[in-house]
This record gives sequence, C-alpha cells and structure tokens, in this order.
Amino acid sequence: MSHHTIEIDDLSFSYPDGRQALDNVSLHVAQNEKVALVGPNGAGKSTLMLHLNGILRSSAGRIQVGGLALNDKNLGQIRAWLGLVFQNPDDQLFSPTVFQDVAFGPLHMGLPEAEVRARVDRALAAVGMDDFADRASFHLSVGEKKRIAIATVLSMDPQILVLDEPSAGLDPRSRRDLIGLLHDLDQQTMLISTHDMRLVADLCSRTVVLDGGRVVSDGPTAEILYDSDLMERHGLETP
Amino acid sequence: MSIFLALHIPDGFLSVPVALVGWALMIGFVGLALRQTRDSLGERQIPLMGILAAFIFAAQMINFPVAGGTSGHLLGGTLAAILLGPWAAALVMTSVVTVQALLFQDGGLLALGFNVFNMGIIGAFLGYAIYQWVRNTMGNTRNGQMIGAAVGAWVAVEAAATATALQLAISNTSPLDVALPAMVGVHALIGIGEALITVGALAFIQQSRPDLLGAPTATAARGSSWIAVGLVIALAITFASPLAASSPDGLERVAEDKAFIEEANDAPYEILPDYTIPGISNEALTTILAGVIGVLIVGGIGYGVARLNERRAAVSVPPKAAGGD
Amino acid sequence: MTLVHDRYRAINSPLHRLDPRVKLVTALLLIVGIVLTPERAWPAYPLLWALVGGIAAVGQLGVGRVARLGGVALPFALAAATLLFTTPGDPVISLAGLDITDNGLARFAAILLKSWLAVQVALLLSMSTHITDLLWALSSLRVPATLVAIISFMIRYLYTLQDEAQRLTRARAARSATHTGQRSGGSIRWRARVTGGLVGNLFLRSYERSERVYAAMLARGYRGELRSLDPPPLTGRAVLSGAGVIAALVVIELAALLLWG
Repeated sequence: MSHHTIEIDDLSFSYPDGRQALDNVSLHVAQNEKVALVGPNGAGKSTLMLHLNGILRSSAGRIQVGGLALNDKNLGQIRAWLGLVFQNPDDQLFSPTVFQDVAFGPLHMGLPEAEVRARVDRALAAVGMDDFADRASFHLSVGEKKRIAIATVLSMDPQILVLDEPSAGLDPRSRRDLIGLLHDLDQQTMLISTHDMRLVADLCSRTVVLDGGRVVSDGPTAEILYDSDLMERHGLETP
Repeated sequence: MSIFLALHIPDGFLSVPVALVGWALMIGFVGLALRQTRDSLGERQIPLMGILAAFIFAAQMINFPVAGGTSGHLLGGTLAAILLGPWAAALVMTSVVTVQALLFQDGGLLALGFNVFNMGIIGAFLGYAIYQWVRNTMGNTRNGQMIGAAVGAWVAVEAAATATALQLAISNTSPLDVALPAMVGVHALIGIGEALITVGALAFIQQSRPDLLGAPTATAARGSSWIAVGLVIALAITFASPLAASSPDGLERVAEDKAFIEEANDAPYEILPDYTIPGISNEALTTILAGVIGVLIVGGIGYGVARLNERRAAVSVPPKAAGGD
Repeated sequence: MTLVHDRYRAINSPLHRLDPRVKLVTALLLIVGIVLTPERAWPAYPLLWALVGGIAAVGQLGVGRVARLGGVALPFALAAATLLFTTPGDPVISLAGLDITDNGLARFAAILLKSWLAVQVALLLSMSTHITDLLWALSSLRVPATLVAIISFMIRYLYTLQDEAQRLTRARAARSATHTGQRSGGSIRWRARVTGGLVGNLFLRSYERSERVYAAMLARGYRGELRSLDPPPLTGRAVLSGAGVIAALVVIELAALLLWG
C-alpha cells in the first residue's frame, strides 16, 4: 500500500472558452488528513476536484496521488484509490437500483462476483443503509441518496475520499447524520469542498481557501475559520 | 386527450406478417445505428443517449395548450436528430417507444417494430434529411436552420401518419381510402404544433449553447446522403401503397365511403381526392402516382419557401447571425 | 402535466417470482397467438381470456382490474371503426344512412377482442416484473447490450427528468396570469414558443447532466464497456411453467383453427 496522499504542484487550467479556472494551485494533503476546501461559487473548487482523478486534464502543473503521477498509465489505479463523490447524488447514482450502483465500481475493477457482493454489503453497512440494496435510486430521499453516493465509492476501497458539497441540500438531521458518518470513516484521507462552515469546524483540522482559481489561504481550521476579515473578503462567513 | 395515441399502434390492429416486417425493419436500423453511434460517440454513447431518451420522454409530457381544452405535445424525432444526428436519434426514439410499450402499454409489443419505425426512424431520418436540405439550400443561415427544422418536423409527423395508415390498411384493419386522409388530415395540424415546438426548442438552445448546434458547414457535405436516405424512405412508403390498395377492402368502395369520410373524419381539404387520380383506371398505378405527386408537392413548397428566404436572407442577415454558431 | 408511473406491483406471487426471461418470451408468444386467432372463432376468445385471467389470478393482480386496464387501447379502435361499413357483406344495422354489415361487425369485434386480450398480456408482464429484471432478461435474450444499457439509463432518469419538466411547467403556470373574463396565453405561436423554450431548457439540463453522469462513471472505472453480474441460471421449473401456458395457447388456437375457424 502507498501513502494516501495528494500532491498538487503549480496546477493551472483554462476552459476551452478561455476562462481561467485554476491559476498555479499547489496543495499537499498528508495521509489521513481531513482538509476542507472553501471559497465562493466559481472559485474553482469543483474544477480542482475533477483534476484529481483525471476527468479534467491540464498540461500545466503536476499531480500525484498516493505517490503515483497522474498519467494515462496510472489512471485506472488512481481512480481506484481516489473516490470522488459528486455534489448532486442524482449524477452519482446512475443505475436503476442501489445494488447496481454500489457494485459498479468493483465490477469495473474486474473483481469476481463473490468479492463484488461482499464489498457492496460492506459499503452499504458502512453508511448505515444495509437494507437498501434492492431499492430504486430514484425513489430515495436526498439524505439517503447522499449516503448511497458515498457507498458507491467506499465499495472500491479507496484510500482517499474527495467530496464535493456533501451536506448541500440536506435537512438539519440528515446533515448531522452525514457529519457523523464522515467522522467515523477514519481510514481515509479526505478533501471536502463545502460552504458549510460548521461541517468544516466539526470535521477538518486544516482549511484551504480558494478564490479566483488561486489558493489564498492554507492553515489550521481554527485560525482560518475565525479570521472574519479573510472570510468576508472571499464571500464566506464564520460559523 | 392524448393526440399521439393515433400513432402508437396497439396490438391487435396489425396482422402478424405486417408486424414481423416492422420488427425486421427495426432490428436492421437499430443494428446499424448501434454501430454508427459507437464509432461517433464512443464511451459517451450510453449515458448521453440514455439520458436524452429520458429527456424526450419527459418533453413529450410538456403540453402545449392549443384551443378548447385540447393540447398538443412534442413527438421529438426530428428535434433529436437535429441535436444528435439521425443515427443517435433513431436509438433514442427506439428506447422511448420501447419503454412506452413495455412499461406503460402505450403501443403494443408485437406492433413495436412499426411503432419504432414510424415514430423513431422516419422522424429521425426523413426529418433530418429535409432539415439538412432546406438548410443547405438557404445557404446555412439561421433562418434556414429554423425553417428546415420546421418543415422537417412537419413532414416527419405527416410521414409517420401516412405510414401508420398504410400499415393499418395492409393489415386490413382500416381501409386506406378512409385511414389515409383521416390520419394525414389530423396530423397536418399536429405537425404544425410539432414544427413550432421544435423551432422554439432550437431557438432556446441556439441562444444558450450555440456550440451544441454545431457549425452548419461541417455537416453540409454529409447532408446530401441523408436526403437520399429520406427519399428512399418516402418512396418505399409510396410504393408500398399499392399493396394496401390490393387488399379486398381497398379502393373499390371509394364511392360509398366518400360520404362517410366527409362526415366523420373532417379532413380539412383534399388535394388528391381519396388518394387517386381521376381518369386513370389502374388502381395501383394511381396510388403510386398520387403518392409521388404528394411527395413532390411537399418538396416543392419546402423548396419554394427555402429559396424565398434565401434571397431575403442574402439581403438582410448580417454575417454574424448567418454563422449559426 | 401528469406524471407517469410504471405499473409494477410488488407482490410475492408465483408469477412475480417466475424467471423474467420466461415471462417475456411467453408474453410475446401469447400476443402472437391472440393476434393469429381466426377472426370468427368465437369460442376461442373466452378461452383465451380464461387463460389470461388465470395468469392474473396466479399473480394476485386482480382479474377484474387487469380486464379493465386492458381497455386502455380501445380509443384506437376508432381507426378500425370504418370496417363496420366498408366490409362487404349483408347489412344488419343502418346508421346515418350507412349500412353496418355482418362481416364488418365480425371483423371489428374480433379486432377489439384481440386488442383487449393482447393489452392484458402486456399488462401482466409489466405488473409482475420489475423493470430491472426485464432489462437483464432483454439482454440475456440477445437484445444488444448497448441498447439495454441505454434503456437502463433512460429508466433511471425518467422520473428525475419528469420532475424537472414538471418544475418548468409549474414555473410557466405561475407566470401565466389571466384577467377574469379574458382569454389567456397569447397566440398559438407565442404559446408554442414558450413550450419550445421549456423543451429547449429541459434538453440543456439533460445534456449537461449526461456530461456529469459520464464523469461520475469515469471516476468509478468506466472505460466504455458496461459490466454486470451474470444472470442466474434458467431453471427447468420456470421453463415448464412457460411451456404450460404456451401449450394451453396452442390447444386453444388449434381448436379455433380446426373446429371454429
């Protein structure tokens, strides 16, 4: 096993229409660290996350995941190591049933049937949704969909979890449950993009502020989150 | 009241041999379409077409209040073809019609082949061919694109109605001289709704994501081949009609039925009364001729409108708007 | 707009538990058999209905309800109504100056009966088989895997996009105010443009969703080939149940052909 790390150095990216989304971003995440990525809408958070497993590719900059450089050769390995949970669970849950969705990753890793089934059971148990395997994805509540979305990635046994807005759209109780769930997942390194400052305070020891495609601040959550000048400047608020 | 009920043929209305011909056509086209789209769309094929099939299904539920409590809605074959190309659109429509039959009993399972052919394949290929032809004739202007879409959508609905009437007639379920004018007449109006919604949708997409409609010139060369495909379909339909006429209840009883047609089916007007031409006695021949004349009239109107607008466009449309992207 | 829901009923009946491949093939053969029934073999129709009703009873789906729902396609019969007058034969009833012939009546009745029976068979299939089971049945019956996968994505997003379409039409309705006593909604052309705009809007949302879904698939290891678990083996018992139904159908059809046709 390798080291559960993310290393991003000098990453820049522009969309085909010329809009610059990332400007010289450098960010290292250590093993088992839980890092929050905050910033206003359009800061480049989602764009950065899509780079981590090669869905977006940029020629400017360098990315290493688990010590492996992100390139065509390592892409499959890196996608197995780094689980990306999308913001909208309706995009993440694309199969008719929960079982098929949670089994998708393991199946496409080429695992045998018994192992696929075992992993689906384990992943659903980890998010507290044991009984949902045969349910249809489109009939679930938002909170249930968010949990299943995390299970679809856990079934691949990732070393790193990258979550885009995990608590968006949840009612207060589902949100508390979700934070509890992420708390209990202590095997994985985590990078969480969010506007939910209380989630950041509860979960993450370190916070990175992204604005206009640049890292404008990076340090202990306790310092950054309560720096009201900094937070206000970047369209954020203290918890 | 769902207007497109008239195009979803239930089981029991097509004879088994006719239904099997439909299945053969469907299997052939779907096989080709799968190969074509795999080459052109690659790995994106499955999620893109699956989600757009759900889009067409949902879009068909958006109603368009016409008058007096009735409403029309989109069928979508031509719109899908303009957005995705005819092969992908054929697959999208196949999925839509199949799910309607399998899950909701809109259209039969045995009749599935011709339902897919009428609503999916004709809409995708004939609608697209006409769209490309008008657009090219008008010099790839934005107006040409919109008029092409409107004419394509209208003709596709009319052709689907014609094909449905033919299949019912060949199955000896509905005499051609009644079914054809009734179907074509009613769908002449429905087709206008289809044309207007298709153009409205394209105008919206043109404003928000013009990149999705592509640069017109890129596909211009390929367009001609689609025209050929469309014409083949139109002619096949035309030449299939004498088969219908030879069925025992075919055209023999035109005289008796004429009164009935006028009472019950309120076809607004008949350019070719009962789809025959007075003075020619061979029934099969007259039906073929009538079909050919019908195709030519529609083509001629389309061409005339296109030329008219081309001239206007050449004068008044600034080059920026003419680009279409 | 009204949302459409599938007809599946989650019941634990022998029909529901039956292998979906057997159900699909049996349903298709039943429909073919029903449509092939000789027109005037009148005793065959109640027997066919007994067969269909028997299956509905085994599936605990309600014989009466299935029979009633079987009428959904009947408005289409309007297309065949002219047969009443155009089929050569002896006039039996005169209606508005036109004669309904005996042959016309027979042919029209046969078409209606066949349609009603065939729709019931399709209903039994969709009421007793979950769509995900139908999908794997389709692919193990050699329907191209890509087409099945496309349909599977369609099913998944059917309700999601219906919800989106409904939100859009509600937003349209919320802004379509009417003065009392006045006609609302402008010209047909304008209304069509508004409707077209909704459709265009829905297309863009769907297209962009397909891009995000594709990204989500890539993130979980998709490389252009969809994989699924192998379907369970076909049991002899399942095949026998299907064969039993088909045997009954064949007996009815033979009798229809030889005795009553």
